[in-house]
Amino acid sequence: MGRILLRGGPNKLPPPDKTKERKHRMKFRAKIIDFACLSHFSRVITTISKLTKTCVLRLTPDNLFFVLCGKVANGGVSMWCELSQANFFDEYQMEGVSSEDNEICLEVTPDNLSRALKTVQNAKSVKVKLTKKHCPCLTIAAELPTLSSISRVVTHDVPVDVIPRRLWHEFKEPSMPDFDVSIYLPPLKTMKNVVDRMKNLSNFLVIEANLNGEMNLKIETDLVSVSTHFKDLGNPPWGDDASQLGRPSQSRDPEDMAEARVDIRKLQQFLMGQQVNPSKAMCNIIHQTVIHLILLHEDMSLQYFIPAVA
Amino acid sequence: MDCVVTGGNVKVLAKAIHSLSRIGDELYVEPQDDGLALRSVNSSRSAYACFLFAPLFFSRYTIPSTHTFLCKMAIKSVQAVFRSLASLEKTVEKCHIKTDEQKNRLTFTLHCKHGLLKTHNLSYQDSESLQAVFDKDSCANVFRAQPRLLVDTVMHFPPSLEEVTVSVSSERMWIRNHVDEEADQSKAMLTELCLASDEFDHFVVQAHNSVTFCLKELRGLLLFAESTGLPVSMHFDAPGSPVVLSVTDSVLEGNFVLATLSDDPNHRGAITPPPPPPDDFMNDDIDSYLIAMDTSIAPEPSATGPPTPQLANSTCTKQPAAANHRRRLHSEEEEEEEDETADSDKPPNKKFCSLFFGSVLPSTSQMSTQPITSQEVLASDSEDDT
Repeated sequence: MGRILLRGGPNKLPPPDKTKERKHRMKFRAKIIDFACLSHFSRVITTISKLTKTCVLRLTPDNLFFVLCGKVANGGVSMWCELSQANFFDEYQMEGVSSEDNEICLEVTPDNLSRALKTVQNAKSVKVKLTKKHCPCLTIAAELPTLSSISRVVTHDVPVDVIPRRLWHEFKEPSMPDFDVSIYLPPLKTMKNVVDRMKNLSNFLVIEANLNGEMNLKIETDLVSVSTHFKDLGNPPWGDDASQLGRPSQSRDPEDMAEARVDIRKLQQFLMGQQVNPSKAMCNIIHQTVIHLILLHEDMSLQYFIPAVA
Repeated sequence: MDCVVTGGNVKVLAKAIHSLSRIGDELYVEPQDDGLALRSVNSSRSAYACFLFAPLFFSRYTIPSTHTFLCKMAIKSVQAVFRSLASLEKTVEKCHIKTDEQKNRLTFTLHCKHGLLKTHNLSYQDSESLQAVFDKDSCANVFRAQPRLLVDTVMHFPPSLEEVTVSVSSERMWIRNHVDEEADQSKAMLTELCLASDEFDHFVVQAHNSVTFCLKELRGLLLFAESTGLPVSMHFDAPGSPVVLSVTDSVLEGNFVLATLSDDPNHRGAITPPPPPPDDFMNDDIDSYLIAMDTSIAPEPSATGPPTPQLANSTCTKQPAAANHRRRLHSEEEEEEEDETADSDKPPNKKFCSLFFGSVLPSTSQMSTQPITSQEVLASDSEDDT
């Protein structure tokens, strides 16, 4: 099939090296039948949609990654969400741009995906596939239960941008930062209630924690200082195999606090949007640099980085 | 006028007023021999709704015998009378509606439990009668469905969506969101839903047409239909002539008349049959969903372009003519290509016919028994002239 596209107009970009330019086709099709998987997948997407307007979806044979790079435009936050496809999809077929780069990289609007998935919650089956409509789309097609002999079918075409191979390097998994303190978070609802109230008083929040399982959330303004103390939270045992060799925390005084001052809205966004009920939630703090929030669920993980502000 | 509504009918009346409030800002009240007519029209006169409550709907229904009474008032103030539907159901036993023509007042008295009386005196203006000219019985396409089906259908569309396009064949109905041609098509999410004819109680198609109309008013009618459980009928003909949505019961009738986009006859939506039925849901061929892309690998760090590459554009169809020309080599692309370009070359033809109303303006000397002259309303603000 002659489905190879020629490059568009004359003055688009500096002409790429012709010898390196190859044309490839990508395929992606996946299907969810299980109701629980569908609602879980929908919750994950909704969580992501609360964190960012657009992000990059990387599809590999085993995983789906939702990636947001820390750009100034989005306040420097970045996100990395990893799903194991086998735990969500009953069928999953993909063919990346080439056998050595067996991936597909798309820029998506998670809110559109979330809206589409929400309306098909009770579907008998849902397919997600990469299609060429008026533009490249992720098409979500659902077969809805009816009393009729013919199924009711709804399709949502969510426009996406295909990201060329040469830009993929921007969407690599962030390396685990060399944190000063790592701590388990209290129940996120509790934390959300605290942060919601603090947000009325200040735009910035100081989060501090030590290796003794203590964490404080503080705001300080000219008029008021508020701090909430959590204790006995526990510190995740990042063992030797976690390649954290030589990090400062090994010789750190357990009482010594590491702190970061962050935009309270970014933290609130994270606490508010999250719908996945993680089995573990933790926070790594690099003193006065960044906080790294991690939600772990058996089949997904979400990492969220909020930079510290002075 | 002096009428009394009791029991569950109070809620029905309230729902009707709420759903009329989705149409326009004013409520036209006209007690007629055959019942109380409540009407509303939107400011651009592209949507009109009318509920007629038969005398039997009321436990008392008396109207002035000597002259025609007509008035209009802000629908918001009437809505306020029936604000909380939940408490209405629990506490209100009857509703008494009475006109005071000396004071130009319409009085709603709610008789609640424990002898509590709530009286709302609403002042009104005299008005011309409001009547849309439509003939739903002559429409080629007629459908009737339980409200649930339509509620389940519209929920797939975002609340912000303004218009939907309904296409029919003899066995199916497709509903999809209408995207303005001026809007950026590459950004809009397109949703399409296909309903089989046997999901409807009644499904007669004589003309395989597509019509585009506003979703907001349909949602308004569904509000009423769902709470009363009444099936919704839909009548339409060709693009440009109105679609009529109606609910009927032994004691009431509601008609919502919505303008449809008048399509250029050459326009794709008007002449091409609806899209092929997505019958292949379970067995589609993955090969037909390929997206071509270039995979050139540039030296990594130097690539600083924005993540919306020209690449994505090249899979889109809005291309300079030169690019199109080059692509003609590929026959399969070509068809789609031409289709799309032909489309975008057309001037925007989004135009709702807003001229389908006749206005009936009885002069003061006329009695209700005399024939009434009907005139076309051409301007949207003619209602302000009275």
